[in-house]
Amino acid sequence: MLRFAGKRLLWALVTLWAIITITFIIMHSIPGDPFAREGKMPPAVYENLTKHYHLDEPLYVQYFLYIKSLLVFDFGPSLKSSTLTVNDYIEKGFPVSLHLGIQALLLAVVLGLIFGVIAALNRNKWPDYLSMVLAIIGISVPSFILATFLINYFAVEWGLLPAATWSSWSHTILPTISLAMLPMAYIARLMRSSMLEVLNQDFMLTAKSKGLNKGFIIMKYGVRNAILPVVSVLGILAANLVTGSFVVESIFGIPGVGELFVDGIFNRDYPVILGSTIFYSMVLIFLIFIVDIAYFWIDPRIKVAGEEQ
Amino acid sequence: MSKGNIVLTKEMFVPAEDNFLEAETISAPSVSYWRETWRRLKENKLALFGLIIIILLVLMAIVGPYINGYSYFEQDFSKKNQPPNSEHWFGTDTAGRDLFTRAWYGARISLFIGLMAALIDFVVGVIYGGISAIKGGRTDNIMMRIAEVLFSIPYLLMVILMMIILERGIWPIIVAMTITGWIPMARLVRGQVLQLKELEYVQAANAMGAGTFWTLAKHMVPNMMGPILVNITLTVPTAIFAEATLSFLGLGIPAPEASWGTMASDSLGSILIGNFYQLAIPALLISITMFAFNVFGDGLRDALDPKLKK
Amino acid sequence: MRKLKVMALFLVVVTLLLSGCFNNSGTSEPTGTKDKPGGNNEVTEKIIRTNSGSEPGSLHPGKAEGSHDSWILDHTFVGLIKKTAEGKIVPGMADTWEQSDDSLTWTFHLKEGLKWSNGDPLTATDFEYAWKHVLNPETASVYAYQLYYLEGGQEYNAAEEGADLKALEDKVGVKAINNTTLEVKLAQPTPYFLEVTSHFTYYPINKKVQEENPDWYKEAATFVSNGAFKLTQWNHKENIKLEKNENYFAKDEIKLDGLFFTLIEDENTAWQMYQSGELDLVYPLPQDVTGKLMAEKDPIFHNGPDLSLYYLNINTKEKPFNNVKIRKALSLAIDRQTIVEHVAQGGQKPAYGIVPPGILDTKGDFQENSGDLFKEDVEEAKKLLAEGLAEEGLDKLPPFVYTYNTLEAHKKIAEAVQEMWRKNLGIEITLENVEFQVKLDREKAGDFAVSRGGWIGDYVDPMTFLDLWITDGPENNSQWSNKEYDRLIAEAKSTMDTAKRMKAMHEAEKIAIEEFPVIPIYFYTKPYVVRETVTGVYAPINRYPQMELADIQ
Repeated sequence: MLRFAGKRLLWALVTLWAIITITFIIMHSIPGDPFAREGKMPPAVYENLTKHYHLDEPLYVQYFLYIKSLLVFDFGPSLKSSTLTVNDYIEKGFPVSLHLGIQALLLAVVLGLIFGVIAALNRNKWPDYLSMVLAIIGISVPSFILATFLINYFAVEWGLLPAATWSSWSHTILPTISLAMLPMAYIARLMRSSMLEVLNQDFMLTAKSKGLNKGFIIMKYGVRNAILPVVSVLGILAANLVTGSFVVESIFGIPGVGELFVDGIFNRDYPVILGSTIFYSMVLIFLIFIVDIAYFWIDPRIKVAGEEQ
Repeated sequence: MSKGNIVLTKEMFVPAEDNFLEAETISAPSVSYWRETWRRLKENKLALFGLIIIILLVLMAIVGPYINGYSYFEQDFSKKNQPPNSEHWFGTDTAGRDLFTRAWYGARISLFIGLMAALIDFVVGVIYGGISAIKGGRTDNIMMRIAEVLFSIPYLLMVILMMIILERGIWPIIVAMTITGWIPMARLVRGQVLQLKELEYVQAANAMGAGTFWTLAKHMVPNMMGPILVNITLTVPTAIFAEATLSFLGLGIPAPEASWGTMASDSLGSILIGNFYQLAIPALLISITMFAFNVFGDGLRDALDPKLKK
Repeated sequence: MRKLKVMALFLVVVTLLLSGCFNNSGTSEPTGTKDKPGGNNEVTEKIIRTNSGSEPGSLHPGKAEGSHDSWILDHTFVGLIKKTAEGKIVPGMADTWEQSDDSLTWTFHLKEGLKWSNGDPLTATDFEYAWKHVLNPETASVYAYQLYYLEGGQEYNAAEEGADLKALEDKVGVKAINNTTLEVKLAQPTPYFLEVTSHFTYYPINKKVQEENPDWYKEAATFVSNGAFKLTQWNHKENIKLEKNENYFAKDEIKLDGLFFTLIEDENTAWQMYQSGELDLVYPLPQDVTGKLMAEKDPIFHNGPDLSLYYLNINTKEKPFNNVKIRKALSLAIDRQTIVEHVAQGGQKPAYGIVPPGILDTKGDFQENSGDLFKEDVEEAKKLLAEGLAEEGLDKLPPFVYTYNTLEAHKKIAEAVQEMWRKNLGIEITLENVEFQVKLDREKAGDFAVSRGGWIGDYVDPMTFLDLWITDGPENNSQWSNKEYDRLIAEAKSTMDTAKRMKAMHEAEKIAIEEFPVIPIYFYTKPYVVRETVTGVYAPINRYPQMELADIQ
């Protein structure tokens, strides 16, 4: 296992390097300029700015300067803020996004699995249809609509919860629901379908005929064998949740990292683009690695890539 | 099997005829896999209902914009923000345009994009994920790392780059939608295949010399249709809303043309002043579409799965 | 058993995560009128809670940029002069001032006993230091050009690499004669210079603080200012709290205990927070809400003029838009009243000229004196289009593209204009929305036919709008050129004689409207809501709503 992890770490470095390089090339080949403004900016001001941020150097020099600063984990300044650096943005924003993301993930996984299993056990009966309707709403109503609705009712109309900002636990309830709805629906559907398949497997029938407790069979043999597709998609799902959602964070005024991914690009804030990309890919690569290990844990027959016999 | 009422007679105990050849023939009429699937699908009332809704939606997308004589672009500010009524069946929007016409005009774009995205994600995802898992080892490792790279490069950046290269139109949207859309599908398929390929019947097929594609298509896909269909049904609404995001970047269809995604995101402000129907119409249509695809997808899955045969 | 332990550990981690994650724990949330609007809560502290769009890029007067930064700066700093609610110039840090006969030298006499929020004395040296700091090329200030009015200012800011910065700095025309006297030398006579000094780039900074800690402006703990309020809390990306500055020279006029800015970008949410009683003042508002509040004449709704113009650029270098008659036809066929009433919905004023209302003329208002410089007329437009097409040898206007940067509001206007042109002139156009950066790129390259434009005045003078369209002007995207127009603008710039200036500028505006390098659509307004219990908020023409003199009943 250790050798496997070591090997994947090396691969992760290669992957990261490829991501950085390709992103660097693309971001410098699209139109736009971090200092472009509607209106007048005298050439002198423009030159002072580009010189200040080393953007007047040839691209390859900028590239090597960037890689060099990366080696000491310095993501550089933000071209739009003289107050916060890219490191500041991530350090301040990530704990918030992580907190919200984990809450949403827990809600989505727990409820999603429960709904999925119940639906499968009650196939074509009302719990199944109810969970399907809920899932369809979850999948068809995107977070920006759901969020606006939730604020409108829970905060404005009924005054039960605060509308926005990140100041106490009660402030996290609405954004968590907005964020969790889609993954929950997805997990519920996925779990239902693979559970249905498992329920018809011979070993389930054997266990049943042996007279084992029904709940025990479902937990021990059913869920464990049916959960694999959920685990497969969980890596990407979790990476997207814990690195912040632009939509949900901006609607609820949550100081997470979600905005970096979008604002960085619209502002052509080069260090922010690269910094947020590297940050995201590290999380993604890590979580996908965890998923690959989880495969082995769930079904020891599976041989994970890179682990040669 | 009720007990006690079986009368045993002597005629029941005659020796079997020694005809091995006959025992080997298949008694049921030979039906192809797909015909069998269709037969089973027809028996599922809910799935058929879903199929009918899908056909109706497609029909309305074709004729709907011409039914009540309004165009999708004509504005009439004296009639703005009207709730559904006999004149405007779905009401009017903030510029007094007929929402019935706009909704069905939008159906064309949204349904097409949703279906194309689902189809492409399915084909690419299954092939990529399947090959990666079946080949395993180094190939798997490299293929998965490439997927990681592609998934990590900022999506918006790729779309902006694409806009410089491609002309406007519906195909660039499809390309933008699927450029990374297949990756979750590939991961899902890979996970399933990793599990399936250790099962005896797959190994038996391999031992008998079945090729990679054959094993994948014939033995594995039918056995993981469930998760795949769930993923596809998720792709459809995701694509419909992604189109709205893309049109924010200027890659979508140009205004004043309508799509369900842009209709929904544009009418967000209507919640604040109580014109719910402007948002409800696209949201309902998307939900109905999803309902239809879900029940049809479920029925299809059951029909495809020989194990669930009753 | 092992699994149970793992589960327990996991739960502990999650609990820790959930409990220790709010920046606000330990810092103060304002109490104010916390509950539902109308709820009669006991007011402990007089604090107005409002929203500011996003995390300020910088709260250093020399590095700040954009209206969100300036809103906070306007409440924490004060320059040489101040402006009243009516737009009148009154003493700020300076008590009196005089100019030399050639209008090139200005002498400002500061008030006695001025102090920074940390108690340090504020002197003329702080102004000199601050202005030179902005111009220093190494500061890389975006708004440095606001100080190009000073003698030697542009030369210093544009210094080449290796130039003698010290020598150039010494030549900049600002000097502290003594603690209370500031002498300013201008590069050329500037009639609106006094007005310009109210821009945040001209605010002083505490020299001692800046030299000891160049990062002083990044956190509340080290922030030093000289205005009505001081910065006492800054949770980055979350909120900013200002408290009354006891060292402010006019502290007796300040009735509030403080201001609390929640940093929230989404206009819909900000409005919902107002509705749920979490905010007291909200600007800007969602378009639909503005329309509704205005129609209902809601007493919480306020509107004021704004120093800005919404217009369409026409590429005059591209055929057939080189033809004046075609440009004019396009302009006359737009029904501005409908756009303002049904699309923009903010009580905007239809623009039949280029200079917005609210700027003083020799007598009265510049825009009012201009009056409507043209009339919409569909029949006339059709006639002009036919004539123009004939002159260009065309029988039909070729299809063209209208480019706008993605925003719901711009899209609605584009759709309305497209319909008006289709119905009134029978022409078909395509709308194209692009990202803001791409639009700027296209305009700079002249790669467009018609594009959406907007301009916010830098200072309150017609010149801030009129000098946009001089030949090769940096914002002249239409690439229009008219010798007489250039001459009139140059004439207005070279004289201090108000009557002569205004006359030249009125004439220039008329030429611009005869030739339509741009199609004016409307003059913006500034709609905002504020609770009825709050009094004394006012919105100057080129500023966000000012809360300095507000009070809570």
